[in-house]
Amino acid sequence: MMNTKKIYLPIVVLFLLLLPPMVGNYWTQVLGNIGIYVMLGIGLNVVVGFAGLLDLGYVAFYAIGAYGYALLASPHFGIHIPFWVMLPGCVALAAGGGALLGIPVLRMRGDYLAIVTLGFGEIIRILLNNLDPLTNGPRGLLRIDAPAMGNFVVNSPFRWYYLIFAGIIFSAFVADRLNNSRIGRAWIAMREDQDAAAVMGINILKYKLLAFTIGASFAGIGGAIFAARQGSIFPENFSLMVSINVLCLIIIGGMGSIPGVILGAVILIGLPEILRGVHQYRMLAFGGLLVAMMIFRPTGFIPSARRKMELRE
Amino acid sequence: MTILLQTKGLSKRFGGLTALNNIDLALESCVILGLIGPNGAGKTTLFNCLTGVYPIDGGDIIFGNRSIRGLKSHVTTSLGIARTFQNIRLFGNMTALENILVGQHCRMKAGVWGAIAMNRSTLKEEKKAFGKADELLNFVGLNDQGDTLAKNLPYGDQRRLEIARALAVKPRLLLLDEPTAGMNPRETAELTGFIEQIRTELELSILLIEHDMRVVMGISDRVTVLDYGVKIAEGSPEEVRKNPKVIEAYLGRLGTMMGKRAVTA
Repeated sequence: MMNTKKIYLPIVVLFLLLLPPMVGNYWTQVLGNIGIYVMLGIGLNVVVGFAGLLDLGYVAFYAIGAYGYALLASPHFGIHIPFWVMLPGCVALAAGGGALLGIPVLRMRGDYLAIVTLGFGEIIRILLNNLDPLTNGPRGLLRIDAPAMGNFVVNSPFRWYYLIFAGIIFSAFVADRLNNSRIGRAWIAMREDQDAAAVMGINILKYKLLAFTIGASFAGIGGAIFAARQGSIFPENFSLMVSINVLCLIIIGGMGSIPGVILGAVILIGLPEILRGVHQYRMLAFGGLLVAMMIFRPTGFIPSARRKMELRE
Repeated sequence: MTILLQTKGLSKRFGGLTALNNIDLALESCVILGLIGPNGAGKTTLFNCLTGVYPIDGGDIIFGNRSIRGLKSHVTTSLGIARTFQNIRLFGNMTALENILVGQHCRMKAGVWGAIAMNRSTLKEEKKAFGKADELLNFVGLNDQGDTLAKNLPYGDQRRLEIARALAVKPRLLLLDEPTAGMNPRETAELTGFIEQIRTELELSILLIEHDMRVVMGISDRVTVLDYGVKIAEGSPEEVRKNPKVIEAYLGRLGTMMGKRAVTA
C-alpha cells in the first residue's frame, strides 16, 4: 500500500507539472477550473467523508473566501491588500463562517443537519445579492486584483495552474495529515457511533466544530483563488449547484479518499468541457452517471482504504 | 480502603417513571461490585448516569474526591470512568487497533497543529499510543487481529476488544454491562477469569452488571441488587443469595416460600 503510493505519487506530480505546455492555453484554463474544485472537494471531504456530517451549504464558505478577497483587493472600496496577505485572511474568514454555522447545528444529526446547512448556503448567497452597499448586489465585484510578487503577476492560465497546483498540494497534505492523526480518528469514531465516541472520551461538540471550521478553511483558499483568477465575481457564482457539484465529485471519486476527489473533479468538471458539443445533454449524462455509480460502484472510483475494507467483509 | 465512587440519593426519572430512586452506593478501590436485578431494574440506567449519558434528577455522584454530577461523558471518561455497552458498540469500520487508539484519545494531547506538522512530540505520542494499543491487544488475547475491522471479529472477540478499548482510557473505574451476554459456558468461564485478572493486574475497581449468577457470585466482592429502581439488598454474595427480598424479586412470593433451594439450584 504505502510503497505503491511512494512510487506513483512523484510520477503523478511530475506529469501534472509538465502538463500545461503539452495541452496549451485553453485546456490549462480548464485544468485550473478543475483544480479549484479539487480544493473544494478536499475541504468538503473533511466534513462529509471524515467526520460524516452531511453539509449541503459548503458553497457559503467558498463565497465568504471569494468576497472576503474581492472586497479588500478591488477598486470597490479602493482597498488593495496583497493576495498573499489576504490568503490567510480568507482562510480565517471562512473558518469563522464555519464556526458560525457549526455552533447552532452542533446538536443536530443526519437529515436535519443537511437541511440547516442547505439553508445557511442560501442565506449567504441571498445576503450577497441584497447587501448592495457592501457587495454591490447582483452587479458583483469587478477588477479584482491578481496576485503579484514584485513585477511577477499571476495573470496567465499557466501561472494560475501552478498556483492552484500548489494550493492543492498544500490542501491534500493537510487533509492527509489530519486524517491519519488523533483528530482524524476522533472524526471517524464520531461518524461510526457518536454516543459511543462521547463515552470513549471524545468531545463531540468540539470535533464537530473543528470539522466544520477546517473544512471551511479549504473553501476559503479556493474562494480567494477563484475571485483573483476570475477578476470579477457575482452572487450567482455561488449557487446551490456548486455545493451539489462538490458533493457529487466526492461521491463519484470515492468518499474519504483524496485521489478520489481529484479524479471526481476531473470527471465532473472536465468531462463537460470535452462534451461541449453536446452540452444540452450534460445534466442527463450526469444524472445517469450518478445513478450508475451508486448501483455499480457505491464507494466511488478510488475509494479510501477504509471504505474498501468496509465493503470487502 | 478508600472509597472511589459514591452515589448519594441518586435519582433519575423519565417522565412519570422513576427509573432510579434514591440510590446510595459506595465502591472502594480495587473491588468488584456486582450489580444485579431483574430486567428493567435500572442497572444500565445507573451506568448511563455515572458516565454522563443521562443527566441525573436528584442526589449526587462523587468520584475520587469530587462531584461528577452534570459532567459530560467525555469529561467523566477523562477523569477515569470507562465502560462497555450491553449491546456491543465498537466502531465497526475501524480496525481493532484503531478502536483502542480512540480509547486513548483523552490521554493524548496532539491538536490540529501537531497533527499537521507531525512534530517530534506528536510522533512520539503516536508511537507510544500504537505500542500501548498492541500491548492491550495482547492483554485481551487479540494479538494478530489488530488490522481486522471490528465488525468482522467474532462475537467473543468483539466483547474482548470492547474491554480493551475501555482499558485504553486508563480507567480507575471500569463499568462492564453484561460482558458475558450471548457467550457459551466456556467463553463465559474464560471471560470471568479475565475480569479477575484485570482487577488484580491493573488495580482498578469494577462495577459489573451481569445476569449469569455463577459469574456474579463467583467474582464479586460485594453485590448490590436493584429492583424497580430501588436498592433492595447489598452485601457479600452469600448474604445476597440468602436475602428473602432478593429471592422474591427474582422468583416472586412462591420463590420465597420455597426458600434457598430455588436460588442456589
